Amino acid sequence: MGILEFLKGAARQVASGGRTYKAWVALLLGMMAVGLVGYAKQYRLGLIATNMRDQVTWAFYVGNFTFLVGVAAAAVLLVVPAYVYQWKPMKEVVVLGELLAISALTMCLTFILVDMGRPDRLTHIIPGLGSPNWPSSLLSWDALVLNAYLVVNLSVAVHILYRAYRGESYAKWFVVPVVLLSVPMAVGIHTVTAFLYNGMAARPFWNASILAPRFLASAFCSGPAVMIILFQILRKTTGLEIKDEAIWKVAELMAYAMFFNLFLLGAELFKEYYSRTEHLLYTEYLWSGIGDKKALVPYAWFSLAASVVAFLIFLIPRTRRNWTTLNLGAVLIFAGVYIEKGMGLVIPGMTPDTLGEIYEYRPTMNEWMVAIGVFGLGGLVFTVLIKTAVPIMQGTFRAPGAPAPGAGSAFAAH
Amino acid sequence: MSPPSKLPVLADPPRADPSGEWSRRRFLQAGAATAALAAAAGCKPEAVVEELRRRNFKELTGADLKDLLARLEKKYSAEYGKAVTVGAAGPMPGVNFGYGLDLSRCIGCRRCVYACVKENNQSRKHPQIQWIRVLQMEKEHGVDLAHATPYYDPELVPEPGHFYMPTQCQQCRHPPCTKVCPVKATWKEPDGIVVIDYDWCIGCRCCTAACPYGARKFNWAEPELPAAEMNPVTHYLGNRPRPKGVVEKCTFCIQRSRAGRYPACVEICPVGARKFGNLLDPKSEIREVMDRKRVFVFKQELATEPQFYYFYAT
Amino acid sequence: MRSRIPLVALAFLAALGLAGPPPSAASEPARPGPQVPAHSAATADAPAGPLDIQAEPPPFTEGIFPCSQCHDRAVDAKPKQLAFHDEIQASLHHGPPSRWCLDCHDNSKRDFLHLINGELVPFTESYRVCGQCHGDKYRDWRVGVHGKRIGMWNGAKTYFLCVNCHNPHNPRFKALKPLPPPVPPQDQGFNGAPPPSTQEKAP
Repeated sequence: MGILEFLKGAARQVASGGRTYKAWVALLLGMMAVGLVGYAKQYRLGLIATNMRDQVTWAFYVGNFTFLVGVAAAAVLLVVPAYVYQWKPMKEVVVLGELLAISALTMCLTFILVDMGRPDRLTHIIPGLGSPNWPSSLLSWDALVLNAYLVVNLSVAVHILYRAYRGESYAKWFVVPVVLLSVPMAVGIHTVTAFLYNGMAARPFWNASILAPRFLASAFCSGPAVMIILFQILRKTTGLEIKDEAIWKVAELMAYAMFFNLFLLGAELFKEYYSRTEHLLYTEYLWSGIGDKKALVPYAWFSLAASVVAFLIFLIPRTRRNWTTLNLGAVLIFAGVYIEKGMGLVIPGMTPDTLGEIYEYRPTMNEWMVAIGVFGLGGLVFTVLIKTAVPIMQGTFRAPGAPAPGAGSAFAAH
Repeated sequence: MSPPSKLPVLADPPRADPSGEWSRRRFLQAGAATAALAAAAGCKPEAVVEELRRRNFKELTGADLKDLLARLEKKYSAEYGKAVTVGAAGPMPGVNFGYGLDLSRCIGCRRCVYACVKENNQSRKHPQIQWIRVLQMEKEHGVDLAHATPYYDPELVPEPGHFYMPTQCQQCRHPPCTKVCPVKATWKEPDGIVVIDYDWCIGCRCCTAACPYGARKFNWAEPELPAAEMNPVTHYLGNRPRPKGVVEKCTFCIQRSRAGRYPACVEICPVGARKFGNLLDPKSEIREVMDRKRVFVFKQELATEPQFYYFYAT
Repeated sequence: MRSRIPLVALAFLAALGLAGPPPSAASEPARPGPQVPAHSAATADAPAGPLDIQAEPPPFTEGIFPCSQCHDRAVDAKPKQLAFHDEIQASLHHGPPSRWCLDCHDNSKRDFLHLINGELVPFTESYRVCGQCHGDKYRDWRVGVHGKRIGMWNGAKTYFLCVNCHNPHNPRFKALKPLPPPVPPQDQGFNGAPPPSTQEKAP
């Protein structure tokens, strides 16, 4: 059967590669093994194996989840210019963005799973089997939109790639509307995740209208940073054609997104420091500490510095086009947003806690192990997808008897 | 519709089922849950069977509920080596509970904290769970959480210059916790108590994040409850022993208050700082408090409208 | 042999005894106290009279009551230094320095207290004596806003008398030793120590 052939061929693609590739896969498998060991201990003992407590009840896992939702949403960044501005170089790499979104979503859902006290009761959130609390619970909405977004990305990517594998062009009537639908959906997943925090009056640090726009702005910075680095790797290792302009355009759009992100941060800081209500405590804890509790302060300032430097690098055309500074900027922006979403959002929202107590949270070794495992899983999913998709896009992985790539290639006709 | 055939994973043969509970929905649930549980439940057959049988408490009626309570009584009695009862008394009609706490009297002795722990079967260690948290505050600053601590440990209380404010679940009329629960494992009962179905909770801790009063506590590990200290008179939604990985909180001693008794904290307080009764009865103590005294609620600006009132009797 | 346990100490112990967890007090009916005559239900505005709900008995020293077993006649009512009950007189601190035993205890009938107008009041209704000066507390106590009650919020309950918590001879509450503070979050974990096996429960 055609699909079996495809899977067998895909498996061959994934299994073949040079020494660097094999080392990379070994690394990912090693990370996953570490994660399994960590999770086994956590599953046996309970979440007490983490450093989360009643005072700081969401931390490393949820912080990673929030960051990765942003990465998944950012795949959209590539769709918008491609279809709105009809820019040719972008269209060829839209699929890669969707594959990144799929991997990021896999990690998101896994991080939620490892954070749950009773993962064996996962079915309770599924309509029909359980009793999801629609419409009032944002977490039940998040479960819905994340899975729907995953399905959308999976179906479009698989469709395009499978058709290309068979030497056929994709069905425009299906792909175009669904891809266009994925734009508001991407905005949706990150907005729903923001609302999850935003709606909690108990946590004044989160209970700010600015949260949803800030989430979107920082999402548009983090995901594309991965793509920029990925495109360069793929160009070198697979000969996949990605024009310089495509990469530079992505970087330019990221500059605007980071500007917006920094502007919103400034607006938040003004409100907190100028009005000086009781709510200033949380912002103060993050940026200057309270008393001798200063654990987050270095991270807050590093994140800000990294974001500002990256912004400037991407803004100035000379540094944007210089590959060294561009990659430095991508790493800096990724680190800056990663810290901002984890340590800069989740922890200060809960510190001080609702009764004024300050518990300084640091992840345990166990949490690091589990997180490494989840990133290994996401990396492996992404690697498998890319290793299958790129040969298809280049025309070297084809169904037996399919027409040779050329004018009939899916990636030429639209 | 003929009932579906036996599920292969059941340890006991299925009972004859005249009420037709094995609807298609339950069959689907069982099937999907089996798949989910094969990996997750560590392959203990009893655990798998239990999860399969689970339903949200609010959907249970009549015979189902009785069976469930009987199974739980058997399980707990075996675990703790004493005769445990699990009730599921519903709310009394015409009752809406109110609680009063006299800040001019509390001396911070914490006897309420430990009476509650004993009555309600909290985990004693790893983690130590206490539903009541007494905050020591400074008279100079008033009710100011930035200058409050629950960790005071002087020789004698009250300490000069300080006053004491116990906090626990406020049983809000607009609870932020029930709003955010993704699986409807927690809800507000007609008599005002916000309850949790410990067998439905998935342990996501959204409610803990959403509660402005720090009332919700999580079982971070398997609770450590010594059998000798276990209170065997329990309620399904109240003080029955909880499993690992679920949230719990004050329920106004639902096993006592629905039987007409004062909660344990009210009875133990040596200075009579705690008041409890039916807000719908104009002659109740709590209504007298509200009529005569200066009453306020904690974090009123959040409009949660608690049924827990702080007041100054003097 | 008459008990020499000071009444002060015993009243203090009675107050402290309330501080320990009394599951027995909660689950068994309260000890029946002395007969309380039935009256119409008291309201906040009704004239002061005995209440018709079970009250805890007064915390007498063992063997001290009835007082008439020793006191069979009236004495000179002038304040003086006592030979017996001297430890109570030494600790007497209730209002102004001129406070003296016969302000509350009746001179001729020692098994009773007396109100300002001379009306005799049994020890089981001592709250009426307190209520003369502490009227606001008395009114609050009658409806349950002041003081302690155990039992059924919607049924039979036991009121604690003023004297069950406040030693009438030295009423100011003594400070208590607090029970231990909660375990802080950083100490809630296993912290390197091996966790107990999750399979067994402690016997």
